[in-house]
Amino acid sequence: MTDFEPVIGLEVHVELRTRSKMFCGCSADFGAPPNTHVCPVCLGLPGALPVVNRQAVVYAMRAALALHGEVAEETRFDRKNYHYPDLPKGYQISQYQHPISTGGHLDVHRPDGSVLPVRIRRLHMEEDTGKSLHEGVPAGQSGVDFNRCGVPLIEIVMEADVHSPEDARLTLQTLRTIILYTGVSDVRMEEGSLRCDANVSLRPAGTTAFGTLVEVKNMNSFRSVQRALEYEVRRQTAALEAGERIARETRHWDERRGITFSSRSKEEADDYRYFPEPDLGALRIERAWAAAVSATLPELPEVRHGRYVAAGLTAYDAGVLVEDPPLGDYFDRVSGVAARTACSWVTVELLGRLNARGESIGDTRVSPEWLADLVRLVEAGTISAKQGKDVLDVMVAEGGAPEAIVRARGLTQISDEGALSGTVREVLAANAAVVSDFRAGKDKAFGFLVGQVMKATRGQANPALVNSLLRKELES
Amino acid sequence: MSQPQLWEMPLHALHRLLASGAARAEEVCAAFWDRAAEQDPHLHAFLSVRPREEVLAEAAAVDRARAAGTALGPLAGLPVALKDNLSTAGWETTCASRILRGYRPPYDATVVSRLRQAGAIFLGKTNLDEFAMGSSTEHSAFGPTRNPWDLGRVPGGSSGGSAAAVAAGLCPAALGSDTGGSIRQPAALCGVVGLKPTYGRVSRYGLVAFASSLDQIGPFALDVADVATLLGAIAGPDPSDATSARVAVPDYSEALQSDLSGLRIGAPRELFGEGVDEDVRASVAAAIDLLGELGASVGECSLPHVGYSLDVYYVIAPAEASSNLARYDGVRYGPRAAGDDYVSQFAATRGEGFGAEVRRRIMLGTYALSAGYYDAYYDRAQRVRTLIRRDFAEAFERFDALVAPTSPTVAFPLGSRVEDPLAMYASDICSVPANLAGLPALSVPCGLSNGLPVGLQIIGPAFGEMTILRVGAAFEQASDFQGKRPPMAVLGG
Ligand SMILES: [Zn+2]
Repeated sequence: MTDFEPVIGLEVHVELRTRSKMFCGCSADFGAPPNTHVCPVCLGLPGALPVVNRQAVVYAMRAALALHGEVAEETRFDRKNYHYPDLPKGYQISQYQHPISTGGHLDVHRPDGSVLPVRIRRLHMEEDTGKSLHEGVPAGQSGVDFNRCGVPLIEIVMEADVHSPEDARLTLQTLRTIILYTGVSDVRMEEGSLRCDANVSLRPAGTTAFGTLVEVKNMNSFRSVQRALEYEVRRQTAALEAGERIARETRHWDERRGITFSSRSKEEADDYRYFPEPDLGALRIERAWAAAVSATLPELPEVRHGRYVAAGLTAYDAGVLVEDPPLGDYFDRVSGVAARTACSWVTVELLGRLNARGESIGDTRVSPEWLADLVRLVEAGTISAKQGKDVLDVMVAEGGAPEAIVRARGLTQISDEGALSGTVREVLAANAAVVSDFRAGKDKAFGFLVGQVMKATRGQANPALVNSLLRKELES
Repeated sequence: MSQPQLWEMPLHALHRLLASGAARAEEVCAAFWDRAAEQDPHLHAFLSVRPREEVLAEAAAVDRARAAGTALGPLAGLPVALKDNLSTAGWETTCASRILRGYRPPYDATVVSRLRQAGAIFLGKTNLDEFAMGSSTEHSAFGPTRNPWDLGRVPGGSSGGSAAAVAAGLCPAALGSDTGGSIRQPAALCGVVGLKPTYGRVSRYGLVAFASSLDQIGPFALDVADVATLLGAIAGPDPSDATSARVAVPDYSEALQSDLSGLRIGAPRELFGEGVDEDVRASVAAAIDLLGELGASVGECSLPHVGYSLDVYYVIAPAEASSNLARYDGVRYGPRAAGDDYVSQFAATRGEGFGAEVRRRIMLGTYALSAGYYDAYYDRAQRVRTLIRRDFAEAFERFDALVAPTSPTVAFPLGSRVEDPLAMYASDICSVPANLAGLPALSVPCGLSNGLPVGLQIIGPAFGEMTILRVGAAFEQASDFQGKRPPMAVLGG
């Protein structure tokens, strides 16, 4: 039996979070009642003309530069002609021959530590369409909401460098993180501000020719991208093994049934009759402008990841911080403590408590400076780790600086040898049987004795000191 | 000759009457409204005329403002007609098409707001070939307009309603649009002055698009001075039109001189060639001689690629039109035909809504843009267009303006070309090159041939409106056409 290798190319649409639409002054905000963010331009009324939104161009450039694309010196818009009720002009203003950016790449970090480079073919600007409404309209009719119509989009077309459904999901997640860093979109798949179509074909492993492409659409989460592609690879593999021909078609992912189904035959290629948009001139992008936009980009995920690993974090921990920019930003402000320690306090202790309370890193009472103070108190032995966690409970629930909480609750750790020696001797005297077990070679007995000392001091004893005092007493 | 009637006067004469207090705007507007009510049944220049009391109320407001000493715009109280492809807020804008019947735009075209700002009072919306596709105004879904010089003939097109209205004294000024000659050719055929400005000189915002890279709005009037005034009122950059040029608007009245000395005028031989009637050629040749007498140095020149103009035009214009007209699906405005689903409803709406010529051009344009044909048609046409542009640029290194016939023939009989698209398309042979090159061009009456007007076309370099207005004004003052109006007896005037 032949082994088949999947060849996967992703096409991603990202909705840009500009204030106004791509070609008119209407608000691009979400959630307004249908057809309230509309004007002659985005409704495609006769005689209305588009004017390019400069902010959208800057956002497209930010995304392109973050993906290492080459921003064109001159870019143009084209009309993509097709008929659909949610497309009021009968064409979509898009870019065909002269996209704003070509080339670029992103590096996908797999959980096993390996890296998959994925090349980007092009990135272009276009306008979103309206949305068909089937609810809230009389039976037998359908409505259209044009609020989204004209909202700026970028389309990112990747090369078919991906060869597994899991890598496809990771690629998309990596892309999402990069876009998130540029601040040009909230990139939420569930809300449609990040949309992904995938072209999938199979070929015998070890060959380089491309098989028949099937386009898969309607995947509304990262998980469904992986599931849909896994299904599609299984389906195509079975078909090829049965000697069938793969049809060139578009298939829809049905999340509930977990299958893809054919929605449109593509035997006849789409003919969008692209031609240069005569209502908009060529857009010149001076090198100085591109450079100025590039200069405003924040530290990108790839760079941040490298910085964390160099500081001693594991690739996994670095990934956790990188994928959640507010968390990473918080971590960066927990300064003056070892990165690994800080990371564990942030991602395990703090985040765990916040999650339990339904809070987020953005609205916690615990400032990163206070968390750093807390970590330093523990590191210096002023309080025990156990006490530190208790203090954090208070900080999360009530707020306040850790020193103040430690003082107010008398939580300071007993690190005074004289004070502890007495307690140690009392514990040994009260547990003669355990002491003889220990002397008989039962190492476990030692832990029990430590626990007894801690209990006697209500957890305030410095554990390291307890250890050394116990050993000294037992070995004497 | 007795004192002329108000409806016989050009804008500047009416303006003087109003400014001096010799007449009130209300009287002026009433004179034109009544003239239109009386004569338009013969001509069908208008598709809609505003109610008399509404027009007169606006005029009376101008009179009151004038009496109160308020500063007024250059067109204050003067009636103007608008081609019915210019969007007017709340006022039906049909493009002479069934598919837009009942459509009331929620906004004004930029030119409409600018004229309003200048004080103009809108009288009515004028007839046109459906979506401005035609050269005779016979392709109007609501019936043709007739030529006031001979009611059996066409007024030209597509802005035939505007040209006929001005020629017949139904209004002293009108706006039209020109994609391949749609202002100049009807101006020539109706014996009035018409200007197609440089592409980008006037905002297209609100002009219902036919072919976006060629369309340009421009004025009709009885003389060059009025055209200059109207251009000054509508020209200039517009943030709503990305193709409007960021070029300052000069004072066009400064162009109105009678002397042409030092000016170099070229006559491109290709625009006098095959298809141009002998009478038209003779009339234009005499006009060129007159320009020489006025001090211009006149010489022949060549535009080698201009012979391909019609071929290029009839690829590019339908291609852009096929896309521009895709929006008429009956979903958001206009009549909607019945259908079981979107596709059948769409097909029925467009099948019933568009006339034959519009359907023909949509099909031509769709074909020209189709995969596998794009390179052979659209792309090739664009490349030839570049060559034509270059021809003009080279000619303007040697000449300040070029002259040619506006139309190869005088007004032709109604119905004579309507079944023969190629003959109809040939009407544009002299006017299309200026659109392809984006250049300003003026048509000025230069004589009569068997009682029908002939137009002299003056083409300038980009943003050279000053120069062509100067040539036109000087010619007009020296020419014996000045003051000639259609034989009013025919109209019962
Ligand atoms: Zn809008």
